[in-house]
Amino acid sequence: VEPRRALDDEMLESLEDLLIAADMGVDTALRVTANMAEGRHGRMMSATDIKGLLAAEIARVMEPVARPLPIYPKKPQVVLVVGVNGSGKTTTIGKLASQFKAAGKTVVIAAGDTFRAAAVEQLQVWGQRAGVPVLTAPEGSDPAALAFDAMTRAEADGADLLMIDTAGRLQNRADLMEELAKIVRVIRKKDPDAPHNTILVLDATTGQNALSQVKTFQEMANVSGLVMTKLDGTAKGGVLVALADKFGLPIHAIGVGEQIDDLQPFDPEDFARAVVGLD
Amino acid sequence: MFENLSERLSGVFDRLTKQGALSEDDVRTAMREVRVALLEADVSLPVARDFIKAVEKKATGAAVTKSVTPGQQVIKIVHDELVHVLSGDEDPGRLKIDNPPAPVLMVGLQGGGKTTTTAKIAKRLKEREGKKVLMASLDVNRPAAMEQLAILGTQIGVDTLPIVKGEDPVAIAKRAKTQASLGGYDVYLLDTAGRLSIDDELMAQVAAVRDVANPRETLLVVDGLTGQDAVTTAENFDARIGITGVVLTRMDGDGRGGAALSMRAITGKPIRFVGLGEKMDALETFEPARIAGRILGMGDIVALVERA
Ligand SMILES: Nc1nc2c(ncn2[C@@H]2O[C@H](COP(=O)(O)OP(=O)(O)OP(=O)(O)O)[C@@H](O)[C@H]2O)c(=O)[nH]1
Ligand SMILES: Nc1nc2c(ncn2[C@@H]2O[C@H](COP(=O)(O)OP(=O)(O)OP(=O)(O)O)[C@@H](O)[C@H]2O)c(=O)[nH]1
Ligand SMILES: [Mg+2]
Ligand SMILES: [Mg+2]
Repeated sequence: VEPRRALDDEMLESLEDLLIAADMGVDTALRVTANMAEGRHGRMMSATDIKGLLAAEIARVMEPVARPLPIYPKKPQVVLVVGVNGSGKTTTIGKLASQFKAAGKTVVIAAGDTFRAAAVEQLQVWGQRAGVPVLTAPEGSDPAALAFDAMTRAEADGADLLMIDTAGRLQNRADLMEELAKIVRVIRKKDPDAPHNTILVLDATTGQNALSQVKTFQEMANVSGLVMTKLDGTAKGGVLVALADKFGLPIHAIGVGEQIDDLQPFDPEDFARAVVGLD
Repeated sequence: MFENLSERLSGVFDRLTKQGALSEDDVRTAMREVRVALLEADVSLPVARDFIKAVEKKATGAAVTKSVTPGQQVIKIVHDELVHVLSGDEDPGRLKIDNPPAPVLMVGLQGGGKTTTTAKIAKRLKEREGKKVLMASLDVNRPAAMEQLAILGTQIGVDTLPIVKGEDPVAIAKRAKTQASLGGYDVYLLDTAGRLSIDDELMAQVAAVRDVANPRETLLVVDGLTGQDAVTTAENFDARIGITGVVLTRMDGDGRGGAALSMRAITGKPIRFVGLGEKMDALETFEPARIAGRILGMGDIVALVERA
């Protein structure tokens, strides 16, 4: 049997450290640990018991934000995908397109990253893999114009979903954030309710900067939900707990690899257990 | 979004009267704030812990100059220690690329900025040092990765190894070596696919590439926005591949860059460059003092501590 220890200050501190090491951030780690410990000070518990309680507390915080991408009776439903450089936007679009296709939806993708070298070619490969057409524009052209054309085409085709990829941009680049706002404005000329979803893609290896990413992208592009990628690695993505606390945005899915099927629903319990190191 | 160290410490030290030296209690109180500042800057926990220990020793009993407050004195000690840990022994901007053709291997996690940085370094070597450079993509995983490097090569006027579909990374590395020798290149840069440090198969693959190329430099390219995972990445890549230096990308963002300290502390290898944007000239030589100020959330710290 596992040895038992009293839930004392020293123990709480090491639990805080465990959460901090999972990128939860100091404030959130303190709060989560304190909530877990309430009414249990001095109680004798095994390490597994304590981690189980901690995981339950984290799962409780995450439960309300675990929500799949909502589907609306709109043709086309426009899904705009945004985020900082290299977070996994293009890959996630390929994976999502494949899932929707498998669910019987007709999907069109717009290659809105007209900036980065071979971004279009990369997305075209994903389009082929998913069996979905990819609309492109020449390198250096205006992504808002492409988004507008893509709306026209998706409407004409009667597509269920239009997914728009965008170039990676850091949230402190006002000019690039304005470019994003312009894409949204132009899409709304076609459909005032579009984009129906704006997904911010976060990289699990990112630390506390994810808070600033969500804040600014939400302000500038009305983010409606999150996807976290690269959770197949050693990073735990604990910053999602801080984000759930502060912004309450739904988490639609997680990326767990580079292959087309490596996109899973966000499961609060699995996530919580991974954060505290229980398997 | 977070308080900087000065704000944190001012609260703590307001309660202290000016004394001649920092007492053990003062230092311990201050170090709690320093710890939080480091963690909020994404310095990895074990690295922050060791750092605090080192600073605590140096700060206890340190004389407080009349012209500064105890808080400023602590900041100076912390800042100096940060610069100390962040600094390497040599000029970070000078890669070891004598004995042409010198191979340089680029490694790192997915999406960290390897391909972009490969091209930026190639451009720098070509323009600043007049080197004849060849770039080769060994990325057989990511869609259009080879095309990406080829396009960047055209943009900066640097040759890329012709793409042969179906070749494995080791074969491509061998071909790059031959081409670099025959073509009279000074340097050849090997851009590799992104990989997780726990992916045994892919880590073995890049180790095999290393064994055929015998790189003069193996640069770990790390996202400057990386959080606590920096430790694992640094440890695993260094243990498995043996890195000679680090490049931190996306330092044009508003991240605090604590990964810099983690990387240095864990690997002991120099940070060579920082990436400051997507453009091909957005690469600068690493400057410890600038990053130190940034980790503490105080860009203007240098001026402040010079008075201390
Ligand atoms: N291990 C792992 N790798 C991923 C995951 N999602 C994406 N990647 C990889 O991360 C890298 C970057 O992915 P992209 O989809 O190109 O990212 P992006 O956000 O479109 O990048 P930019 O357009 O350059 O800003 C690629 O090597 C992907 O294969 C994931 O869930 N797990
Ligand atoms: N803002 C900014 N973006 C950068 C920097 N370095 C690279 N990027 C961007 O980050 C994204 C990923 O860069 P890549 O060079 O494709 O990264 P990689 O490591 O080769 O990615 P994989 O091959 O998929 O593992 C691209 O959008 C780049 O333009 C930088 O210093 N600052
Ligand atoms: Mg992309
Ligand atoms: Mg690459």
